[in-house]
Amino acid sequence: MDFQTLDSIVRLIWLAAAGLFVLGLMRMNSPATARNGNLMSAAGMTVAIIATAVLLLARPAGESGTSGFNTIGWVIVLVGIALGGGLGLYAARTVKMTAMPQLVSLFNAVGGGAAALIAIDDYLKLTTVPVAQVNVATVLDIVIGSITFTGSLIASGKLMGRIPGKPILIPGGRLVTVALAAVVVIGAVYLWAGNVSVPVMGLILLASLIFGVTMTLPIGGADMPVVISLLNSFTGTAVAMAGFVLNNVVLIIAGALVGASGAILTKLMADAMNRSVLNIMIGGFGGGDAAAGPVGAEGGSVREIGVDDAAIQLAYAQHVIVVPGYGLAVAQAQHAVRELAELLEARGVDVKYAIHPVAGRMPGHMNVLLAEANVPYPQLKEMDDINPEFERADVALVIGANDVTNPAARRAGTPVSGMPILDVDHAKSIVVIKRSMGKGYAGIDNELYTNPKTGMLFADAKDGLASLVSAVKAL
Amino acid sequence: MNEALLNALTVFVLAILCGFAVISKVPATLHTPLMSGANSIHGIVLVGAMFIAVEATTPVSQLLSLIAVAFATMNVVGGYVVTDRMLQMFRKKPTTPPAPKSDASES
Repeated sequence: MDFQTLDSIVRLIWLAAAGLFVLGLMRMNSPATARNGNLMSAAGMTVAIIATAVLLLARPAGESGTSGFNTIGWVIVLVGIALGGGLGLYAARTVKMTAMPQLVSLFNAVGGGAAALIAIDDYLKLTTVPVAQVNVATVLDIVIGSITFTGSLIASGKLMGRIPGKPILIPGGRLVTVALAAVVVIGAVYLWAGNVSVPVMGLILLASLIFGVTMTLPIGGADMPVVISLLNSFTGTAVAMAGFVLNNVVLIIAGALVGASGAILTKLMADAMNRSVLNIMIGGFGGGDAAAGPVGAEGGSVREIGVDDAAIQLAYAQHVIVVPGYGLAVAQAQHAVRELAELLEARGVDVKYAIHPVAGRMPGHMNVLLAEANVPYPQLKEMDDINPEFERADVALVIGANDVTNPAARRAGTPVSGMPILDVDHAKSIVVIKRSMGKGYAGIDNELYTNPKTGMLFADAKDGLASLVSAVKAL
Repeated sequence: MNEALLNALTVFVLAILCGFAVISKVPATLHTPLMSGANSIHGIVLVGAMFIAVEATTPVSQLLSLIAVAFATMNVVGGYVVTDRMLQMFRKKPTTPPAPKSDASES
């Protein structure tokens, strides 16, 4: 088989892989086919990579600037795959389900980094004035790829707790960000004008890397899911740009697909929080202004409730709505909550779960955690479906959820204002399992806790639920 | 604009539209796995990284491409494995209710 034929076959395989990516995403529409969809997508990826390897191996010397078999190059490929694959596999296998969002953000960071590196390498190779296509895409790839690289690392660090989740204001704040953006834009225009300058490219690269940091740092932890989703979209776009740089169609298709998906997800998530994406990107949650915090009665009296009282309330209720939050995930209490729910159901109590769109750390994160604990799907209710039902609920059991239940969000002028919340305060009685009176990601007091209907059960989510289970059993 | 660029642009725009059409139908409960799945798809950048790696002749180029290949592979492998782990939880569980033999009941 001559090289021309092989080249055509490989291109067709790439096309098939792109098709598998689309079909895979389609099958991820429904829980029943989602896993299969992911496997289809993975299969597409595998054949695309193998086909690429075959193509590169068979490529005759002199073809598009190559000098035949490059031993060091192949060593690089193999070592790189072993290194990256090993690390990725280890991290993905060992990560706890609660720590997943930051890992996804980390994978996103390295994807964006790889895309940027391709453009940097390509740029360094340029000796003649590049044609317009390569130049525009190369600069865009460097800019977007580096922003997403550092931005995702910061987002991941914030979720891991290595970097404080609260908005961090950089001295000079917006001015620095604007100045960086100006450097990037002016540098890019200079390069697009046909000038080849490695120092200018280095400047753009540096400015973009810092921009990623300054863009993400001032954004509060509560908004991180939106940011990760946006950066995911950025990476897709960067990869598509890398496709333009290398004139490779499969990169363009896959990158554009991800760019579109990330954009939609970002918008859906921002909508769920009743904020615009721009608003989130510009203003740190809580404005970074500590004075915006104290709104409710700081020292408002809190009523504590004992385990037995709470158990009696739950056991003799007709409708109970469980409101799980990140605290439940952190304490690995999803199995304990399922056990309590089954116990209550055995006593004829109607149990439902109210899932806030941003419960946990990512959209749908809470659903994943509860599914892991075998909580039946029909019991999981989305916010809009469950909110009218709080009126009829005898007890709302809030476990480790904070900001998404804060009635202060209904008023203007608080850091959580405008964020859709679960109407927990409409329930006849409220039990909150919480470790301490600590504040949520928004950094403000929760007025729900000082509500006369609310009883606070101070305990770790898992221990608190376990003692509730035994107390209900003893009744 | 030359023809290659026009073709590439056509593919780019159509792929974006395709992405919009496919993704807007996914229910909110699957958004995290979807984001993770989409995240693994942009690991296709590995194909590009391989291209630059086998052509790398200068030390700088070799270093850049080594990092690029390692990063991209991490994105691909880690992304698919973690997505699969998430989706494993969505499969239909056996109809028998789980026996209350978890460690929680022993406490």
